[in-house]
Amino acid sequence: MLAESLFFSAVLFTIGVVGVLTRRNAIIVFMCVELMLNAVNLTFIAFAQIYGVAGQIFVFFVMTVAAAEAAVGLAIIIALFRHRHTVNLQDINVLKG
Amino acid sequence: MLSSQIAAATAPLDGTVARWVWLVPVLPLAGFVINGLLSLGGAYHAGPPDPGLAHSGEAEDAVSHGGGDAAAHASHAVPRHRFAGIVSVVGPAVLLLAFALTVAIWAAMVQSGSTAPYVQVYFPWMPVGDLHLDAAFQLDQLAIVMMLVITGVGSLIHVFSVGYMRDDPGYPRYFAYLNLFVFFMLVLVLGANYPILFIGWEGVGLCSYLLIGFWFSDKANADAGKKAFIVNRIGDFGFLIAMFLIFVNLKTLDLTAIDASQLVEGGPLVTTICLFLFLGCAGKSAQIPLYIWLPDAMAGPTPVSALIHAATMVTAGVYLIARSNALFSIAPAASLTVAVVGGLTAIFAASIGLKQWDIKKVLAYSTVSQLGYMFVGVGVGAYAAGIFHLVTHAFFKALLFLGAGSVIYAMHEAYHHSGSHDDAQDMRNMGGLRAFMPVTWVVMWVATLAIAGIPPFAGFFSKDDILGSVFARAQGSTLADATWLGIPGSAVLYAVYGIGLVAAFMTAIYMTRMMLYTFHGPNRTGERERTHLREAPWIMTGPLVVLAALSAAGGWLNLPSIIPAGPVGLLEGWLDPVVGAGTRRVTAQAVEFPASTEWVLIAVAVAVAAGGIALAWSRLRPESLVPKNASAAAEGFAGVLEHKYYVDEIYDAAIVHPTVEISRGLLWRGIDAGLIDGLVVNGSAYLARLTGWIGSQLQTGRVGTYAWVLVFGVLAVLGAFTLK
Repeated sequence: MLAESLFFSAVLFTIGVVGVLTRRNAIIVFMCVELMLNAVNLTFIAFAQIYGVAGQIFVFFVMTVAAAEAAVGLAIIIALFRHRHTVNLQDINVLKG
Repeated sequence: MLSSQIAAATAPLDGTVARWVWLVPVLPLAGFVINGLLSLGGAYHAGPPDPGLAHSGEAEDAVSHGGGDAAAHASHAVPRHRFAGIVSVVGPAVLLLAFALTVAIWAAMVQSGSTAPYVQVYFPWMPVGDLHLDAAFQLDQLAIVMMLVITGVGSLIHVFSVGYMRDDPGYPRYFAYLNLFVFFMLVLVLGANYPILFIGWEGVGLCSYLLIGFWFSDKANADAGKKAFIVNRIGDFGFLIAMFLIFVNLKTLDLTAIDASQLVEGGPLVTTICLFLFLGCAGKSAQIPLYIWLPDAMAGPTPVSALIHAATMVTAGVYLIARSNALFSIAPAASLTVAVVGGLTAIFAASIGLKQWDIKKVLAYSTVSQLGYMFVGVGVGAYAAGIFHLVTHAFFKALLFLGAGSVIYAMHEAYHHSGSHDDAQDMRNMGGLRAFMPVTWVVMWVATLAIAGIPPFAGFFSKDDILGSVFARAQGSTLADATWLGIPGSAVLYAVYGIGLVAAFMTAIYMTRMMLYTFHGPNRTGERERTHLREAPWIMTGPLVVLAALSAAGGWLNLPSIIPAGPVGLLEGWLDPVVGAGTRRVTAQAVEFPASTEWVLIAVAVAVAAGGIALAWSRLRPESLVPKNASAAAEGFAGVLEHKYYVDEIYDAAIVHPTVEISRGLLWRGIDAGLIDGLVVNGSAYLARLTGWIGSQLQTGRVGTYAWVLVFGVLAVLGAFTLK
């Protein structure tokens, strides 16, 4: 059961990483980040079977942070869209010093 | 402190006035400080006009417009320096005090009868590894002779300078330099080890540079100063190498500690050391091939020429060889080189002197020639004879230069009154000055007879001493047994003797020529100037008279045993503790000459000198001379002589020009601009810029790029952990 869970989690995480790296739409990149977070959550849950309840508690923290992140992240994306009229990450290079 | 007490405790001169020997150089140093401060206090900006503008712009002596009556002259544009009065007292006074102290020390040395050098150690100067150098002075028989000449003749020249330079706007600066020169010269002769000696050696070179370029607003004068400085550097390089070699092989540089017996007699090492030392001497004492700076050095004020470029500094090379006699006496090949170069310089410079028109140039080449004589003396191991000629030469050449200064002063005064800009130093513009300047005329003749070698004047005895020594050493000396470039030393010495005789003949001719053209015949100055020609004031003629007395009687310092007109061989006996061992090493198997041979040698020398004077007197016609501006250029060999064998031009084409071209083409454009500026300086800047550009290209501002980098970074770290 553990091996399958970890394998599934790794697949989810990889999909998330590839999505972050390859997609250009900020919303999709954002969703992929969520996917990666949930892949990690799955790992925690899986290991909680062996190492105790601490992993499950961690998952709650991660979900809380992810919710906060979603709120802030979506707000940023909306503000960005209002400003630049695009959510295409290729067109946004304002992080240059 | 401890070592000085030990040194003092063992010295017989302890407790005598000799313990004040440090004060002798310190007095002129104090004069330098005072006069130097006064020269700063005086207003350079107060607008004394450029002294160079008062002259025709050539490399002539820019004598100030002075004299008692000149102050009242309406067109007198150059104001006297505001501190001229104090400087006139301080400048000569420190020298006179130093001279008095030197005489007292000398008296103490005579009284103690000690032959050991008296070394005063002040503080350890350079204790580095094996090298232990102290700041120390060494008083011995040779040093005191030099000190007496430097402070004695120096005092007279300082007094003369008061009259000659008083109205120059740079008067305090002049005396500051002159005092500083005397300080360094005394350090040179008192130094107890070679590096201290070298400090004095370099210091006098600096003062020489400063005083040659004293009227630096005229470019020719500044160039002459630079030429002297640069040519001397070549010699100093040799001196330095010699010091390095001495230290490496003998582990000491102290004059008293150098033990020449550790070196192989006549071996390549000691010969190399001596030749490098001689290179230094050739630079400082204006010998072939480095003599070219001395004639140009006449651009300085005339008393400077008398003090530095005739009486003292240029004889430092002779002093150095006499001081290093322990080395030279075991290096016959090097000694023969010294003698040959000295002889060649003597005849070469004398032949140039035959055709010079500038009165100071005649004397300059004469000085080069006489220095050659001194080197012949010390080269053949007659160190006392070389020093003897150094002393008498200091008397009569200082007198000749000061006399020439007196003449130039009078000519300048006359030209100043008439507003003429003719050359005040060209003998073609003089003539018949005997009637106007009787004192100068008489003393100049005394000096001329002395330098020509007419008995009983000083030059006869010293020159005869040298020529006799050369002749004597051609048989039965280490020099005669050695070979020089494959030629037997005996033949070399006979040749040098012959060259010396010819040079003496020429000396008599050019000196008589100078006297005839300057003081005899009709006056060529022009009607308006003639009324203003007059003798210099007493402050200038006084030193001339004293020097004339010394030039006449200086021979009694070292009478040959064959002419016992007084105590015989005083100077030789006095110097024996310093140079005697070296001389005896050279003349170990000497054969005594019968008195008849010596009389023949003397007769030949006197006949040559008298013949030269008689020839010049009978053949030269001052009546036929015309002033400089109306003169045609000399032709044929006379023209070659007048142009000094074109040596300056040859050096210019062979050395100066290629050096400049290499410096410009290779060193400047190639190495400096190309390699240093292009590759190193700009190249490193370009490299930094390139690295920065690469770094800046990574910063795209796109989140995607950063994510890629992040992922690859994580993978790399994980991979590294995994593979480990």
